[in-house]
Amino acid sequence: MRRAWIVVWKDVLSECRSKESLNALVFFSLLLLFVFQFALGPERARVEAALPGLLWLGFILAGLLAFGRTFLVERENDCWEGLVLTPGDKSAIYLGKLAGNVLLMAVVEAVLLVLFAVFFSLDFTGVLPALSLVLALGTLGLAAVGTLFGAITAQLRARELLFPVLLLPAVVPVLLGSVSATQVVLSGQPFGDAAQWLKLLAAADLVYLVVGLLTFEFVLEG
Amino acid sequence: MPPLPALDLMVQAEHLRKTYGPAPVLDDVSLELAAGQGLTLLGANGTGKTTLLRILATLLRPTAGALRIAGTDAVKEPDVVRSAIDMVGHGSWIYEDLTAIENLRFWTVMGGHDAAHARLHAALESVELDTVADRRARTFSAGMKRRLALARVLLGRARLLLLDEPFTGLDRAGRKWLAEFLMSFKTRGGALVVATHSFDAGVGVADRVAILASGRIVLDRPAAELGLEDLRRLYDELAMGPATAS
Repeated sequence: MRRAWIVVWKDVLSECRSKESLNALVFFSLLLLFVFQFALGPERARVEAALPGLLWLGFILAGLLAFGRTFLVERENDCWEGLVLTPGDKSAIYLGKLAGNVLLMAVVEAVLLVLFAVFFSLDFTGVLPALSLVLALGTLGLAAVGTLFGAITAQLRARELLFPVLLLPAVVPVLLGSVSATQVVLSGQPFGDAAQWLKLLAAADLVYLVVGLLTFEFVLEG
Repeated sequence: MPPLPALDLMVQAEHLRKTYGPAPVLDDVSLELAAGQGLTLLGANGTGKTTLLRILATLLRPTAGALRIAGTDAVKEPDVVRSAIDMVGHGSWIYEDLTAIENLRFWTVMGGHDAAHARLHAALESVELDTVADRRARTFSAGMKRRLALARVLLGRARLLLLDEPFTGLDRAGRKWLAEFLMSFKTRGGALVVATHSFDAGVGVADRVAILASGRIVLDRPAAELGLEDLRRLYDELAMGPATAS
């Protein structure tokens, strides 16, 4: 856990100072909101019907940007070699990188929610606890796969092409569960109606997390 | 992880071969290096020096051949020997947005060592970077980054240190300082492998000098037997070919 923690500390500190990913993601979110605003217009019913899909489209596109960059910093100054030569269990590095990605996505999601509320005059306060649970489960699943595939593609020349090609089919169960559960939460239905989707999300998260932990060492060694 | 046996022989490489596609980058490379010894690898660009260093570091698996580090099979059990190896390559493993002391803290914790502030500061003091401990590595010169990487080596328990072009980008004072650092590492029982184009600096820290040409070791002799002029002549003959030698 000490190694996982120091990886999170290092990534968060580096990001706080460089703001490379955060700036890109916030500007990207703003751009996305402008596009959605123009596409949907002011009609509230249309916005509400499309909202779960739009939210997760924003999150997954932001995730594509964020996760793809996770291991690029390790290529600078050959830090990747240092991580490979680190004695002991390499899954701590995966856990640390995953936690850093979840934190980054949490910030981006909070910004996107605020922007959605401002742009479309929406009020999320009543559904915030339930929505937070869905977001947490969905983000963990996206980040678990994204972190692993970010590591797989970081050393490849065609990583910008391969990363989304690999990631998007793999996260279909997470997206399906997340969008459907968000739909239930935002439409005001009883939270129990989202139970099957939350179970799907939890199961997908567990599978992705275990696969990531078990395979990361081989990915890092190349 | 069991501790490595305390053997005098740090590196035993036998008939190492590495191929990418049909062409061998390294071919039939054998060498031995005892604790407290330094080996300098000379060779033209593309002769396999970095590949050999990466194999010794367990970053690359050889296509064929055997490698033992401190008596342990490094091909079969790379994780066991990694705690005994440190490497300072072209990149130095430095995170540009972290300060000098933060970089040391990260790698010390990752290596499973004591990352107490006083210990990190003492290591920075040893490499004369204590006054810039809280400055970001992005603002450092190449020489300062090399020193920071060596401070990391001081904090670990490496018994085999691999260096790729360590003298490049250093001024006269920096070269002298690095040579003294490497000599003291050897005195403490560490083994060194230095790949370099810098004849005088490389030979100055070596007990043996090897020349690589076309992926093969074509000369491996005690440094004491070779004067700089002899070495230059042999290098021209063996590494650059007869046309250059004449």
